[in-house]
Amino acid sequence: MTTSLKIVVLAKQVPDTRNVGKNAMKEDGTVNRAALPAIFNPEDLNALEQALRLKDRYPGTTIHLLTMGPGRAADIIREGLFRGADGGVLLTDRKFAGADTLATSYALAQALRKLQPHIVIAGRQAIDGDTAQVGPQVAEKLGWPQVTYAEEIISYDGKEMVIKRRLERGVETVSASLPLVVTVHASAPGCRPRHAKQLLKYKHAKTLSEIQEAGADYDTGLKNVDYLRVPEWGVADVGGEEIQFGLSGSPTKVKKIENIVFQAKESKKLTATDGDIDGLIKELMANHTIG
Amino acid sequence: MNNILVYCEIESGRVADVSLELLTKGRGLAAQLGCKVEALAVGSKLSGIEKELMNYGAHIIHVADEERLDPFRTLPHAAITIGVIKTEQPQIVLFGATSVGRDLAPRVSSALKSGLTADCTSLEIGDHTDTKGNTYTNLLYQIRPAFGGNIIATIINPDHRPQMATVREGVMKKEPLPALVQGEVKKVDVGKYVHDADFAVRIIERHIEDRKVDIKGASIIVSGGYGVGSKENFKQLFDLAAVLGAEVGASRAAVDAGFADHARQVGQTGVTVRPKLYIACGISGQIQHTAGMDQSAIVISINPDANAPINQLADYAVVGDMNEVIPKMIKSYRENSK
Repeated sequence: MTTSLKIVVLAKQVPDTRNVGKNAMKEDGTVNRAALPAIFNPEDLNALEQALRLKDRYPGTTIHLLTMGPGRAADIIREGLFRGADGGVLLTDRKFAGADTLATSYALAQALRKLQPHIVIAGRQAIDGDTAQVGPQVAEKLGWPQVTYAEEIISYDGKEMVIKRRLERGVETVSASLPLVVTVHASAPGCRPRHAKQLLKYKHAKTLSEIQEAGADYDTGLKNVDYLRVPEWGVADVGGEEIQFGLSGSPTKVKKIENIVFQAKESKKLTATDGDIDGLIKELMANHTIG
Repeated sequence: MNNILVYCEIESGRVADVSLELLTKGRGLAAQLGCKVEALAVGSKLSGIEKELMNYGAHIIHVADEERLDPFRTLPHAAITIGVIKTEQPQIVLFGATSVGRDLAPRVSSALKSGLTADCTSLEIGDHTDTKGNTYTNLLYQIRPAFGGNIIATIINPDHRPQMATVREGVMKKEPLPALVQGEVKKVDVGKYVHDADFAVRIIERHIEDRKVDIKGASIIVSGGYGVGSKENFKQLFDLAAVLGAEVGASRAAVDAGFADHARQVGQTGVTVRPKLYIACGISGQIQHTAGMDQSAIVISINPDANAPINQLADYAVVGDMNEVIPKMIKSYRENSK
């Protein structure tokens, strides 16, 4: 039985919400996405590493990235190629816009039906939403089982895959046959860095839109090199019911967005002097907060 | 009547705290809506469990009891949950935002093609008028921090039922009914919903531990953020905690940086705490952290930045370096407690 796998890694380009600076909010109180660097969603990198480890172990295995987003999300495909993936697809179409997790998973599942992998590996959740919903929803749409919070893919014998899961209060080792959707937890090993050979090979990998935008700046000799063309798929390419994509396919609606305003509260300002600290401790002991 | 259904999580024969918290919350929402609370218990050897669920306000308890249903596996539990929802037509379904709930709820939502909001910190009932002038009454407002906690979003599902949400453990109050109200127990015909193929994922080994680090139950918490700087510096927090009889907590940034274990994480994606004293060291005070500690009785912040947002909710804002402040606190406490 062959052990070579056709893997698709789901990856998302996200604003780096962990490093929200002072200019992250606009004057009108909305989030200034432009001020936040766009990064490869951290747990999707853990997922990519699990895929790369399978590729190391089982010769003939291929890895394709699948991402949905605006044109600049092609960066995610390139980053994956630099680190050892074999290809990728950018799902991009105005009709995908405004999608909640359900409409997102519908679009991804439609693309996956076309790609026909043996296994889909994704990060547990994306840091811009932290919902952890897309992985299980993609699995349901495909009618495949899911194994969430994977920390390590232990073995694969051509049929059964053994996976260690990280739960809130423990660990679980499960066995499941393919096809399968696996979501990877942050406690899994981080992703290996870019590989110099891959970087040289894929430096000029671009989508058709990017090539058109670059115009005369893109080396015409590279235009016909197949592996340098990152495919862009829209609704017409993946098929399905149009109403299930984007805003119309999203049952959840945002009613209201509030920016965080801390409640004003009297606070005592202290410094690190001996007197201030000693006074603080005495006060806390006097009112029985400590001691 | 379209009721509120709570998926009740059961581990080693015990109902999870978060499920009892959701039943408590469900009671309040049901009173507003004029409906009842239903509980769904899926597992094995569940006799006796209905009493506890009734005690927290479940009027109708659906029990799916079969050996293969314990421990939790996604597919059989999803099949039963989907089946019961289709039969009972609840208007709201609530899950704990736990390893189980966050695995199960999205699968159920996808199968029912209905919306799901993850990790809500508040649930309210309210009305809505959309841009076309359509009005909706008595919707579930699903309120959660979003975008890394920089905004609070109110999410609704105007046109789809059920309205589904997951809620973190410890966010809502857990309160038994003052007097037991007899509920109705309905046995779920497991074979009707579950098929052999649903057991495709086999559990080979499983170690579930009681949470060793109990920051939830601690009355004093010394918590560190990214500003602590290193795992080495975090040891000072443990020193202070040992002196005060406290537990050590951490912000997500500190956990992500590897300074502390995930079990210590306070905040939206960690544990919600309400200690009598919360000492925040090198924590800037992003909402996803403060959402998990703003109910603390007294907050002390130790931060070199006088303008750190945490100082807005701190009762005592010590502007200074924790490497200097903590040893002084330990020294002062030792001297004064003699």
